[in-house]
Amino acid sequence: MSVLPHASQAPVLQVMDLDIEIRGANGSFAVVSDMNLSVRAGETLCIVGESGCGKSMTALALLRLLPEAAKVASGKILIDGVDFLAMNQRQVEDFRGEQIAMIFQEPLTALNPVLKIGEQIAEAVRQHRKCNHKQARARAIEALQLVQMPDPERRAGQYPHELSGGMRQRAMIALALSCDPKIIIADEPTTALDVTIQAQILGLISDLQKRLGTAQILITHDLGVVSEVADRVIVMYAGRKVEEASIYDLFDRPFHPYTIGLMGAVPRAGASSEAGDRLADISGTVPPLWDLPRGCAFAPRCPNASARCLSERPPFEEKRPGHWAACWEHDDAA
Amino acid sequence: MQPDQTPLLSVDNLQVHFPVRAGVLQRQVGAVKAVDGVSFTLARGETLSLVGESGCGKSTTGLALMGLVKPTGGQVNFDGQEIRSFNRAALKSYRRRMQIVFQDPFSSLNPRQRVRDIIRAPLDIHNVGTKAERTERVAELMQRVGLRPDQADNFAHQFSGGQRQRIGIARALALNPDIIVCDEPVSALDVSVQAQILNLLSDLQRDLGVSYLAVSHDLGVVEYISHRVAVMYLGRIVEIAPKTKIFANPAHPYTELLMRSAPSHDPRKRHQFSATNDDIPSATRKPSGCAFHTRCPLATDVCKTVDPQLSARDEGRFVACHHR
Repeated sequence: MSVLPHASQAPVLQVMDLDIEIRGANGSFAVVSDMNLSVRAGETLCIVGESGCGKSMTALALLRLLPEAAKVASGKILIDGVDFLAMNQRQVEDFRGEQIAMIFQEPLTALNPVLKIGEQIAEAVRQHRKCNHKQARARAIEALQLVQMPDPERRAGQYPHELSGGMRQRAMIALALSCDPKIIIADEPTTALDVTIQAQILGLISDLQKRLGTAQILITHDLGVVSEVADRVIVMYAGRKVEEASIYDLFDRPFHPYTIGLMGAVPRAGASSEAGDRLADISGTVPPLWDLPRGCAFAPRCPNASARCLSERPPFEEKRPGHWAACWEHDDAA
Repeated sequence: MQPDQTPLLSVDNLQVHFPVRAGVLQRQVGAVKAVDGVSFTLARGETLSLVGESGCGKSTTGLALMGLVKPTGGQVNFDGQEIRSFNRAALKSYRRRMQIVFQDPFSSLNPRQRVRDIIRAPLDIHNVGTKAERTERVAELMQRVGLRPDQADNFAHQFSGGQRQRIGIARALALNPDIIVCDEPVSALDVSVQAQILNLLSDLQRDLGVSYLAVSHDLGVVEYISHRVAVMYLGRIVEIAPKTKIFANPAHPYTELLMRSAPSHDPRKRHQFSATNDDIPSATRKPSGCAFHTRCPLATDVCKTVDPQLSARDEGRFVACHHR
């Protein structure tokens, strides 16, 4: 996979200046601010960050599935140039599945427990395609074959609880792909899985993307997963982007102190550490979103923070060609 | 098994079977062999990690050693003394020297108790010291694990996940145990906080000489904290060896598969993960012979019928495989 497989094409998904708010008991506060992103066909964008950074809220907003208490305060979501936020509920339902689909973290809660796998997929197909039951069922089996479900005809007749975790995740991917969406959003698709199954599902996701050319946004907390599948990466912290770069630029020369900290904090299999070695931890914890520091949200934990960082929020700007970050520091090498 | 060290804990042929009942009379119709003949030793100041995937019996092994689930069979020898029965009295004195830190710091701390009471509970139960001494010990423990002693009156929910795990560690340390069982101690935490807790565990071992029996599914964490690693598959240890050997040169085909499945953390060295599904057996329907034979690239006829025993290979390494 090249870094930008179809660089000449217009993005299929564009998010512009998206702000998401949550209404709390003591007024509302922002959970995502100034979010801008775009993905092209065949490209995988990873959004990485820790709990509460706003990555899952962003994903839910992209499908207009935000919970009751949350709402998009401003911004635009364009799918193939069409404003998704301006649509009425009916149009949204048509768009979902056909244009944009989601793979959730926990297939056992995302799938309907009382419907057979094949029926769930066929139901989605019939909602979007003019076809009879038989055709919809054939399409469901096809989708299960696509995700390399073993013995797809038999599995189609089983309930979610009868499948193993890995097979359930395959079933959910089949459901997401059943109407040929242009965009797939996957929220921690392998977090609930064991490591050997995670490897299979990551292999499957890459395979499918090569074959189908979908645009993909993968939300994860795991830099290991990012290193395996991303073309481009956005790092989020406390509701904002702090860094965005191609996968190679990010792993070769991370710019933001938070990204650098994250990379140092992950113990890696094969890094041949000695027992007793120390990991480079990031001191302190993520600040609560309703009580963010005035300047850079990462400043209280940042080893390089200056007085300016504590009082003024740094703009998100291009630090090196194609490599963006929100930090007052300059690039020494540039 | 470790010729050069006298073990503090030695576990021999540990078994934990859960009955499967059926019918109106709830007769036992079978058993799930969650832990099926596990043997290992743990030396003073050593960290041994039990690693494997869901259902391999790693957590049950840890819980059985704590007496939190009752072992069906096997011998446990702790500091020269055999733990014959896991009855209340025997457990009480044994638990004084063996403590546990749980995975989820949200459900393993009583939300109605103040932090001081949570940390002091083991001292109260075992009647250690006077009231003033216990209060002093709580402050000392809080400082030791990186909490501010002036927060002792707060409730657990007022702390973040990482701080709660520190409370759990302080509670485990209260009685100066020789061994702490760490059951997935960081898997519920964010990466940046995870590193803080791993560093704390490593500092405590250096300063106090405590041994850890760590249970984890995360190979990165395992490689970071362990001296030795035991890889488990469906209730058995399939390979046990010093950490460096396991990671640099895995012997058992299952260990190899685990290592190959861990993400690279280097976009230039991406794995070509196979998307193929292999049907994974569970402890309820365990394959005959070597339990791994259904997924093993080296499997031959002997693997389908004869269960390989753990036997010595190169120095300090034991492998249960007919072909390695």
